[in-house]
Amino acid sequence: MSERVVIAGMGIVCPVGHDVETMWQKLLAGRSGMGSTTLFDASTFPATFGAEVKDYDVAKDVKHPERHRFANRGSQFVLGAAAEACRQAGIDVETDRPADGIDRRRMGIYLGAGEGSVDNDAFFAAIVSGWDSESNAMDWAKWAEVARARMHPYRELEQEPNLPAGHVAILTGARGENRNCLTACAASTQAVGEAAMLIRRGRADVMIAGGAHSMIHPLGVTGFCRLTALSTRNDSPTTASRPFSASRDGFILGEGAAIVILESLASAQKRGAPILAEIVGFGSSNDAFRVTDMHEEARGAVQAIQGALRDAGLQPDQIDYISAHGTSTIENDSVETLAIKRAFGEHAYRVPISSPKSVFGHLIGATGCAELITCVLAIRDGVLPPTMNLHDPDPTLDLDYVPNAPRQADVRVVLSESFGFGGQNNVLILRRWESN
Amino acid sequence: MTARRVVVTGLGAVTPMGLSVAETWQGLTEGRCGIARIQAFDPVGLSCQLAGEVGPYKLREVLPRSYRKAVKLMSRDIELSILAADEALRDAGIGTQTTAPDAITLQPERTAIHIGAGLISCDLVELAPCVAMSVTDGVFDLKKWGRVGMENLTPVWLLKYLPNMLACHVGIIHDIRGPSNSITCGEVSGHLAVAEAADVIARGDADVALAGGCEAKVNPIVMIRQCLLGRASAAANDDPDGACRPFAADATGSVFGEAAALLVLEEASTARQRGAMVYAEVAGTGSSTNLNTAYEHLEPDGKGVEIAIEKALSEAGIEPNALDLVIPQGTGIPQDDAAEAAAIARVLGDAVESVPVWPIKGMTSHTGAAAGALDILTAALAMRHGLIGPAKNCTNKASSCRLNLRTEPQTRHIRYALCCGYTFGGQTAAVVLKNAQGEAE
Repeated sequence: MSERVVIAGMGIVCPVGHDVETMWQKLLAGRSGMGSTTLFDASTFPATFGAEVKDYDVAKDVKHPERHRFANRGSQFVLGAAAEACRQAGIDVETDRPADGIDRRRMGIYLGAGEGSVDNDAFFAAIVSGWDSESNAMDWAKWAEVARARMHPYRELEQEPNLPAGHVAILTGARGENRNCLTACAASTQAVGEAAMLIRRGRADVMIAGGAHSMIHPLGVTGFCRLTALSTRNDSPTTASRPFSASRDGFILGEGAAIVILESLASAQKRGAPILAEIVGFGSSNDAFRVTDMHEEARGAVQAIQGALRDAGLQPDQIDYISAHGTSTIENDSVETLAIKRAFGEHAYRVPISSPKSVFGHLIGATGCAELITCVLAIRDGVLPPTMNLHDPDPTLDLDYVPNAPRQADVRVVLSESFGFGGQNNVLILRRWESN
Repeated sequence: MTARRVVVTGLGAVTPMGLSVAETWQGLTEGRCGIARIQAFDPVGLSCQLAGEVGPYKLREVLPRSYRKAVKLMSRDIELSILAADEALRDAGIGTQTTAPDAITLQPERTAIHIGAGLISCDLVELAPCVAMSVTDGVFDLKKWGRVGMENLTPVWLLKYLPNMLACHVGIIHDIRGPSNSITCGEVSGHLAVAEAADVIARGDADVALAGGCEAKVNPIVMIRQCLLGRASAAANDDPDGACRPFAADATGSVFGEAAALLVLEEASTARQRGAMVYAEVAGTGSSTNLNTAYEHLEPDGKGVEIAIEKALSEAGIEPNALDLVIPQGTGIPQDDAAEAAAIARVLGDAVESVPVWPIKGMTSHTGAAAGALDILTAALAMRHGLIGPAKNCTNKASSCRLNLRTEPQTRHIRYALCCGYTFGGQTAAVVLKNAQGEAE
């Protein structure tokens, strides 16, 4: 008999708040996190705006910031999110003598964290110095001279995607399983799902799971602009993210971190930890179609949804709410709608669906766990977050997307979807905790 | 329901020792060194000018005709993974739409793909002309970049460098549609991808998995990082053969390189039914964390490695004296080697005198995300052949090191083998293989 897995704590640092309750109030109020890009001069880029985390100071959340001196934005955000989640779950942090009753060897970490930005000044200066436009070749000696002088060893190291999980280990003293995955936009949904599987198999009692990412830097925004994936509605950032609308034109690049504390039911009950919801289903699939496009018939997405339902032992009509990937790109929202229709049949037309990305943007690796947190809150408060800016519905997208205002609803079982660039799909199912 | 057991039925590798498992194994048993002066770019400005590089290969031979255009979407990391995947699936005798279009046996939705990957750094020579267009008064100018520079970059530029693309491309080529993950845990990515894929099969979400790690580290940015961090040897540029000296008193640092190593894992009864050749069973896995705010190094007592090994041995249900082989991380970085050796010695206890330890990085170089998978693949081969190769460059063992390193090859029946590792950033991992001879053959 495998262990049941519950959520005992949550934390977030995102464009609409540096804690869970602030994020939730702003999400329900539809208060957009978008604005002009301030982290670098993006004024000539095709997309000049994004969803930035503003005024975050990690020193407010951790007692020993010196242990994280070179942490990049994603790592700073995840320290804050992890500190908040641990506080709620009753897990002691930054101490050699934890009194929370959790064996550190049985407490692990699984993040879907992204890489950090290159150190821009040093990176570009070295290229400018080394490149010879006449011979169209790099003079590697010149490149290396500048790179050696200007690149800082730790700022380089901190770009590695496994470093955020390393920082969370230092924060919490966790000595259990420790992993990071980077399945693009599905990464933190996958991390939570794989972490839940580790608890089920008895490899851990507690897993600190989630994601962290910031791609709001010149090369990150360049990459998405070249793919024409970003909205270019530069004159109206706050209405640009409009999932499922006819006039949607791309996603809005956000940043942040989100953490949930997963715990075996037995451990949570023994500790008297808060039980916020139960994770009952996880499905993962690979499109195996094209790295540039989703499968036209949503093959991989449907398979992941069905896998999660099977894992949970649930029928499609038992799902009360779907938290969509809902990126506001032409392709995603169409294929995702098709996936829901194919996986849910007639129930697709009854189940409410919404996209929090309409408010806080696309947090890339961190987005899945951020959205999972909104699912827990929807169950807790009996209210569905809205899909904002949905004033001109796409006539071919004819499901109930909870447009423009939150909705009261008795929500018991929720399904959360994340689809990564390249075709990796991950789906989680949460159930309201009922002690019997 | 009885527990589902997981066995290794196929191996694929492209390494500095060769473009196949056979060439790699031959090199490893002969003590050949795959390290040389860097060819990919002129390393003149780097303190370490050595690397383990993969020789010239023909990617087209392993791509279906319809997919040849997709090479423009591929970084070298992706290419190496495609080469290793082809060999591993053929070795396992699993027919795919690419390897055997008329005799497909692969079941797409019951096959998982977990390829550990590194932080893929972009190709500077590709980027540089666009950067050069974006300079004002000798300084990079973001405004110009936004107006002019970026427009000259291929639209699919980003897709080449996402670490999940290894699994995505390989999945497309062979039509693998089951559970899929891309573990990015630095230098234990390979260990962890194998461990996770084994769990996916054990819990019943797939019957077969392609798992391992790949990383093409011979990129100026990646290499200079290792130099700046003091991890790469700066003292052996004129002696590639002796440059990487794991656990040696005269070690001066590691040498980094590139490789892809993939294994086909399979549920034991499925493998038996189709008469697959079984290399070994995945008997236990474990991972933990090193707690050290010097994030580039293992903590001095190697505690995180010790915990990972204990977990893996415990799951395998064995005592340390049942091991006949340990393949450690053994990087040639003196303080890390000392910490790892201390951790392994504590777990082995009295068995430290007798259990052979075979570090291979003196031959293969440190291949990052591929390293753990390459170690596991090597252990599976050692088990199959009853042969342990030489611990190259370990003649002059560090005085604190109690490990049983032998510089000559030895024949030995291997009951159980342990592969362990750690990475910058903290993660540690261990995988125990069990000899499966007499089973499923």
